[in-house]
Amino acid sequence: MTLADTLQTSFKTVLSYRIRSLLIVLAMALGVAAVVVLTALGDGARNYVINQFSSIGTNLLVVLPGRAETSGSFLGAVLGQTPRDLTLKDAQLLGRLPQVRRYAPLNVGAAELSGANRLREVTVLGSNADLIPIRHMKLAQGGFLAHGTERNAQIVLGAKIADEFFPRSQAIGQRVRLGDSRFMVSGVLAAQGESMGFNTDEIVIIPIDYAQAMFNTTSLFRILIEAKSHNDIEPAKQAILATLKQSHDGEEDITVITQDAILATFDRILHTMTLAVAGIAAISLIVAGILVMNVMLVAVNQRTAEIGLLKAIGATSSDIRRLFFAEAVWLSFAGAILGFLLGQFGSLMLRLAYPQLPAWAPVWASIAGIVVALVTGIAASLWPANQAARLDAVKALSKR
Amino acid sequence: MIRLSAITRTFHMGGQAVYALNGINLHIASGEYVSIMGPSGSGKSTLLNIIGLLDRPDSGRYELDDRLITDLSETEQAQIRREKIGFVFQSFHLIPRLTAAENIELPLILSGMPQEQRQIRVDEALQAFELKQRASHRPAELSGGQRQRVAIARATIMQPSVILADEPTGNLDHQIGAEVMALLENLHHGGTTLIVVTHDRELGARAHRQIAMRDGKIMTDQADDAG
Ligand SMILES: Nc1ncnc2c1ncn2[C@@H]1O[C@H](COP(=O)(O)OP(=O)(O)OP(=O)(O)O)[C@@H](O)[C@H]1O
Ligand SMILES: [Mg+2]
Repeated sequence: MTLADTLQTSFKTVLSYRIRSLLIVLAMALGVAAVVVLTALGDGARNYVINQFSSIGTNLLVVLPGRAETSGSFLGAVLGQTPRDLTLKDAQLLGRLPQVRRYAPLNVGAAELSGANRLREVTVLGSNADLIPIRHMKLAQGGFLAHGTERNAQIVLGAKIADEFFPRSQAIGQRVRLGDSRFMVSGVLAAQGESMGFNTDEIVIIPIDYAQAMFNTTSLFRILIEAKSHNDIEPAKQAILATLKQSHDGEEDITVITQDAILATFDRILHTMTLAVAGIAAISLIVAGILVMNVMLVAVNQRTAEIGLLKAIGATSSDIRRLFFAEAVWLSFAGAILGFLLGQFGSLMLRLAYPQLPAWAPVWASIAGIVVALVTGIAASLWPANQAARLDAVKALSKR
Repeated sequence: MIRLSAITRTFHMGGQAVYALNGINLHIASGEYVSIMGPSGSGKSTLLNIIGLLDRPDSGRYELDDRLITDLSETEQAQIRREKIGFVFQSFHLIPRLTAAENIELPLILSGMPQEQRQIRVDEALQAFELKQRASHRPAELSGGQRQRVAIARATIMQPSVILADEPTGNLDHQIGAEVMALLENLHHGGTTLIVVTHDRELGARAHRQIAMRDGKIMTDQADDAG
């Protein structure tokens, strides 16, 4: 029996058991589709988070007080104890390092903003002019601490706040009161929405000196550093550590987080999650494989007389083994292809429903889904096909 | 040419031995028309299955066309079944999901014949067995006589040298049975060896040589002078 004839004959058989075949193909397809859609979701979430992280800055390093317990883990630093304060002087020192393009000291607090007969509590960032480019923020109007105005009492309003206080976009030049001090509105941020849980539309930015005075502190919350290039990130980190060790009397009591390290951590976590989800989805493929085995065993039992007849008219054991095997190949193949298409369709629906989520199934997942479906389907048919091939012809023929 | 020497076949059922064939010696020349009769359980089907290479004897020698069959591998035996032997069964054994034409085509597919040649052969067979109108019907849509004609067409499509029919008329009424026998006898007239197992004395008597079996043994073996 030729290979083409084996495939054609088994294909006809698959077609003639319409319902049975449809159900197996569907079970297979749903398994593959689950792998595709779930990995699309996982990978989409991963890319979404990475995009968000990248959008907060390029070649960014963050200096924070306190020492991380283990190098590379920024969680330790966040939870770290009794840090020595970072000061504005530290920030200026770092700004002079050759690997550093620019720096922005940062203090964060809350205060009451009033003006134009309105009053509300706002989040206050105290920093310098470089905060805006370092953090990839955009000004819709005006500026912040432009050259020659570094010591002025300027304030930049978030888009939403500017809109609330000065609806007809006449914010620039207006005077507002923040806490106990007066400021002149020098700029308005472009609406950016939420990014990493931080809504820049509802903040105000003032010069760092004013912020320190307002919150009655001499220390800094963070120092944001932008390295000159991607290759400068690691040298910059070492230089920062060395510089601040020196100025802190030889104590290494600060932590430098690189954006790369955070990204890598998130990437790892989310990639692991995608793998886990794909693994769970793959279990449904194994279940589908067991279904194939069960159905093939039933088929062998149902078609015992037929197998006997085939032997009587000269089929060899391997002809019969191949016929049943080919049936499983067709079923698995159809299931895998249909599942892949279903999965792609599902991912498309996800992307349409959540345009921000780049829910594209990774190629490896699609290939793995299809391969696992084919392998389990085919493996599951080996035993039933062997049972069929080994049937005793005379006994098989006498079964009705 | 079929030559069986001291063939035995024993089945074990619940610790008890059943001697289905118990020392069979038989020589059937090419082109003979032989009927095998005997009571139920006398070993007729078992004998036919061994001649047709569906079953292997426990002991004895079997030569077919001067080849010692008992030594051949499974694959070689399958090839002989495919090329030299045609089986016809009481219950037709057609594959229900295939059409008449597809059932007839099966042995050709197994032999690896190309599609175009198969088509020609199947058309000829449909013509010869007056099944042209029924080519695309499934077995369930055919009468008993038509089904057996499809089965005979399938058994002969490879132009075998031996036709083995195990009660080919057992499921047919008298007249249709006679028609089917006439078809088989036609094949015999064309030079094919025809071996028919039957319970019907009248049908058995039409063969040129009649073998009677009992308890796995050949009791009588009579040849007509006319044969
Ligand atoms: N696979 C088997 N297992 C056990 N015993 C068997 C088997 N096949 C046949 N036999 C026994 O061997 C003996 C001969 O059986 P066989 O089928 O050859 O008889 P038969 O002459 O064809 O009978 P019938 O006219 O009823 O078809 C019987 O006693 C039967 O029960
Ligand atoms: Mg019998």
